[in-house]
Amino acid sequence: MKYLALIYSAPDAGPQPDTPEFGPYMGVWQSITDTYTKDGVLVAGEALQPVETATSIRIRDGKTELTDGPFAETKEQLGGFYMFDCDTLDDAIKYAKMIPTTEHGTVELRPIMSFD
Amino acid sequence: MKPTTDPVHVAIEYTLRQDRGRLIAALVAAIGNFELAEECLQDAAEVALKDWAKNGIPKSRRGWLLQVARRRAVDQFRRQKRLGQWRPQLEQMAQEDEMDANAMPPDIADKRLELIFTCCHPALDTKSRVALTLRTIGGLTTREIARAFLDKETTMGQRLSRARTKITVSGIAFAVPGPDMWAERLQSVLSVIYLIFNEGYSASSGDAAIRADLCEEAIYLARLLDQLRGDEPEIIGLLSLMLTTHARRAGRQSDAGATIGLADQDRELWDGVMVKEGLEQLDRAMALGQAGPYQIKAAISALHASAKTAGHTDWRQIVLLYGRLFHFEPTAVVRLNRAVAMAEAGDVSVALAEIGKLAPDLQGYQPLHAARAEYLARTGKTVAAIAAYDKAIKQTGNVSDREFLQARRAKLMH
Repeated sequence: MKYLALIYSAPDAGPQPDTPEFGPYMGVWQSITDTYTKDGVLVAGEALQPVETATSIRIRDGKTELTDGPFAETKEQLGGFYMFDCDTLDDAIKYAKMIPTTEHGTVELRPIMSFD
Repeated sequence: MKPTTDPVHVAIEYTLRQDRGRLIAALVAAIGNFELAEECLQDAAEVALKDWAKNGIPKSRRGWLLQVARRRAVDQFRRQKRLGQWRPQLEQMAQEDEMDANAMPPDIADKRLELIFTCCHPALDTKSRVALTLRTIGGLTTREIARAFLDKETTMGQRLSRARTKITVSGIAFAVPGPDMWAERLQSVLSVIYLIFNEGYSASSGDAAIRADLCEEAIYLARLLDQLRGDEPEIIGLLSLMLTTHARRAGRQSDAGATIGLADQDRELWDGVMVKEGLEQLDRAMALGQAGPYQIKAAISALHASAKTAGHTDWRQIVLLYGRLFHFEPTAVVRLNRAVAMAEAGDVSVALAEIGKLAPDLQGYQPLHAARAEYLARTGKTVAAIAAYDKAIKQTGNVSDREFLQARRAKLMH
């Protein structure tokens, strides 16, 4: 089964660039990505540019509306994702728990819908 | 279904009540789909209604229902062309069923332990875990569960249905957790069972008869868990705790329905046989030499249940046990209970000081104010005691508890 781990956090939460904690923090991302690859569960994984760079699109009555920034105003923002291929939810949870954002933000795990 | 004396009806209802957990467990194990398992068992029961009336009640009712339900599942999968990953297993099942059509159905492998862990998976919300466990393993009807929780039957039905769908769609494994997750997942199962028990015991709301049933149901679940997975000290500890608590139920309420405090209960009304079993289970758990919070709570409850009179209670030992419990559950509530035990052991002023320290954390916790009122009254601080009783009374939702506190308060007034 495939799972999408959506990684949310507030921009000012967690280790910030130019602090002593930031280097080791980035090291954790590298090491978990290595673990996912080694265990053969990694389908995809990316970090996203901040929400200030987002463009939201809505078409209503045939008219396209573009909005600068995210559609919804929330404190925690989507910052990146991993897609895992695991046998069970417990396995996916095991890998999602390694994401360092779990300590200051939220990781939402969603099963990918299968159409076969 | 209306109550009936029709033997076919009775046989089906009895089988479903007795064996529901086993049947659902076997079906989920075979087809990997909780929702479909429920539907197919329901269908099988309807088929049985006609078939058994015509052809007689089969020898293995459980086996009969399972076989028909499995055939339904295969039909459904075929119709929806959704065999997917279950294809090989289902086709084999269909073949077996063809061959066995006239033979006596084989007995069913017991997969209830897997089912319990699935129903209590921490990815489901707590209320859904409780409801699903009662419905699936306990065999309560949706209506009974709804009544116990003061929900509408349709609301409870939707909750159950959502939970089953989540189990299937999110890939919650139908499995007994391995050693790396065992302790954590067992905690979730035990807390679900204890929640069911407390829902029955604390009588915060709802129907009295259903509430006693919930206590019995929780005890049944703990026994089943113990039977499926022997020698697990915390399972046995929980069983012991519930037995020695439930044994005291008859002494806990006056004829008028008011709650009677432990000190004033008629101990003759306690169920001696159940106390004895609770104590034996505690010995069994402790002999395994691995302490845990449920065993400590069971030991505390056992000290109450085995004291000849309230005056014989070994409060010093209870103080020590709450101290140990605090290592497992470092909460203000445990500290409050320890303070109460200290007061009962004679250190009332030390206890009152401790309760005072806990007050900021437990402002909204009725037992804190009730305990504070009691010990203020004992030390002659009547005015402060009355104020504390007022706070406690204001926070009590349960009528009989409120009457109990009001009676204590009234005693101080003259």
